[in-house]
Amino acid sequence: MTDTTTVTRAEICVVAAAEIFRGAGEIMASPMSTITTIGARLARLTFEPDLLLSDGEALFFAEIPPIGGKAPIEGWIPFSKVFDVVNSGRRHVVMGANQLDKYGNQNLSAFGPLQQPTRQMFGVRGAPGNTINHATSYFVPKHGKRVFVDQVDIVSGIGYDKIDSENPAYRFHHLHRVVSNLGVFDYNGPDHTMRALSLHPGVSADEVAESTSFEIAGLAEAGETRLPTEEELTIIRTVLDPKGFREKEVTA
Amino acid sequence: MRDKRMSLDEVVGELRSGMTIGLGGWGSRRKPMAFVRALLRSDVADLTVVTYGGPDLGLLCSAGKVRKAYYGFVSLDSAPFYDPWFAKARTEGAITVREMDEGMVKCGLQAAAARLPFLPIRAGLGSAVLDFWEGELKTVQSPYLTDGKAETLVAMPALNLDAAFVHLDLGDKHGNAAYTGVDPYMDDLYMLSAEKRYLSVDRLVETEELVKAVPTQALVLNRMMVDGVVEAPGGAHFTFAGSYGRDEKFQRHYVEAAKTPESWAEFKARYLDVSEDEYQAAVKAFAEEQK
Repeated sequence: MTDTTTVTRAEICVVAAAEIFRGAGEIMASPMSTITTIGARLARLTFEPDLLLSDGEALFFAEIPPIGGKAPIEGWIPFSKVFDVVNSGRRHVVMGANQLDKYGNQNLSAFGPLQQPTRQMFGVRGAPGNTINHATSYFVPKHGKRVFVDQVDIVSGIGYDKIDSENPAYRFHHLHRVVSNLGVFDYNGPDHTMRALSLHPGVSADEVAESTSFEIAGLAEAGETRLPTEEELTIIRTVLDPKGFREKEVTA
Repeated sequence: MRDKRMSLDEVVGELRSGMTIGLGGWGSRRKPMAFVRALLRSDVADLTVVTYGGPDLGLLCSAGKVRKAYYGFVSLDSAPFYDPWFAKARTEGAITVREMDEGMVKCGLQAAAARLPFLPIRAGLGSAVLDFWEGELKTVQSPYLTDGKAETLVAMPALNLDAAFVHLDLGDKHGNAAYTGVDPYMDDLYMLSAEKRYLSVDRLVETEELVKAVPTQALVLNRMMVDGVVEAPGGAHFTFAGSYGRDEKFQRHYVEAAKTPESWAEFKARYLDVSEDEYQAAVKAFAEEQK
C-alpha cells in the first residue's frame, strides 16, 4: 500500500496537471515542465489512454517512460509538423508563464518596453499560435504577485479580453486551466476573468489573494483540490518519477 | 553534375553588408555555426537575420553585425537557456526586432518558397506580435465567409532571403544532403526561400555512399536547392547535430564568458579571432581541460 497520508504539494500538482487533460481524447498533449509532463503521463496511464505524448523532441511515445527515460515509439512529430497540428487544433499545451493577468494574457517574451526591455527572456515562442488555435493551460510552480500581475508587459499568449467577437478567426481560443502550487483556476469568472476552482489542501483563500495582484473570482467558494488516489500515487512514485524530480519544481 | 565545394571564406566573400540572411536549425540545434564564425571574421555587417534563434543570433549580436532580427524565440535549449548577447542587444535597444510566433516563421518561409507575397495565418492576432512589427505586419480579410462573417487573418509576409545557411550531417559535393538526427527543422524551407544557398556538412561523401547511408526520406536537400557546399567537420559545434550532442560545457563557457568584457575578450581571442581549424583545435583543448 502507498501511504496517502504523506502526499506532497508536488504530487497534488501532478494530479491537478493530469486533470487538465480529462476528456481531451486523441490529441497531442504538450506539457512544458516536469510536473505537467508527469501529469500528462499519469492521465495517459489512467483516465485518458488515447492521448498522444511526445518525447519533447520529435517522437511519439507508444509506451510511457519515467521522466528522463526511454520507451518504444509510435510515430514522428518534428517541429515542422507540430505547427500543422497546432493549426488543426488537435493539441492541448500546458505552457509556463513569466507573467499572467486576470484575462489570461501570458508573457514569456521580455519584461519592460517592447523594443528595449529591461530583461529579455525567450520571445513569444509558440504562444500566439497556441492560444488562437487550440486548448491552452498554464502551470505556475511559484504563485506570486510577480507572475499574477495586473497587466503583462508583452502579450505572448492571448487572454479573453483580446478576443474580437466580430472576427471568427478567434473562435478556437480556449484557455482551459491554470494550475499553480496554490490551486486550480479557470477563466469562468465575470467577463472571462480568472476564477478559483479549488485550492490545494492547506492553502487558504487569503494566501492566494495575497499572492495575486488582481482579484480572483470564487476564492471563498473554492473547494479543495483532490488528493491522488493510491493507484495514482503508486504510478507517480514508482513508475513515472522514482527519482523525485517533481519535488524540485514545486517545493511547497 | 557540378562540383560546388567552397571554403568558408569563399562563401563569406559572396556576401555583402545589408543582406537578409536565414540561418537554419532550431535554438541550439544543428546551427550553421561554422558559417556564423566565418561571418564574425569578415567585415560583412548590417545584417537582417531570420532564424529560430540560438547562439547563432547571439554571436552575430556580440560582434554588432545585426541590424534587424526576425525570430520566434532565441533559446540555448538547455540551462542557462537565455542567450547573453541577444539579451544584451535587446536591453540596449541595439537591434530592431520583428518578434513573432514560431509558426509564423515557417509560414513566412513557405510564402517565400512559393514566391507568394504572403500567406494567411491565425497566429499573431491579439498578441504583441503586431506591436513588435511597428506597422510592417498587415492583416487580410478572407474573401470567403466563416460562420457568416469575413475572417480577418494575419498576412504573414514572405521572408525572402538574400542568402541561406544550413548545416547538415552528411552531403555530397553537388549539394545533395541528409540529416541523421531526428528532426529536419525547416532547413529545406530556408534554402527554398533564398537567392544564394549555402550548405555546410560534417562529412562530405560520394553520392553513392550518401544515399546508402541514410533512409531516402532523410535526404532533405537536393542539388537544385544548393549553390555552395563546405565540408566543415563539427560545423554545428557547440550546438547539437546528428552525430554529436550539444556541447553543454562549452555552451556554459560561452554564457559565462559573456559576463565581463575581460572574459569575453579572452573567449574571442581563443575561439573567434581564429580560423575554423584553430577553433576546432581550441575546442578539443577546452574539453581536455574540463576532464
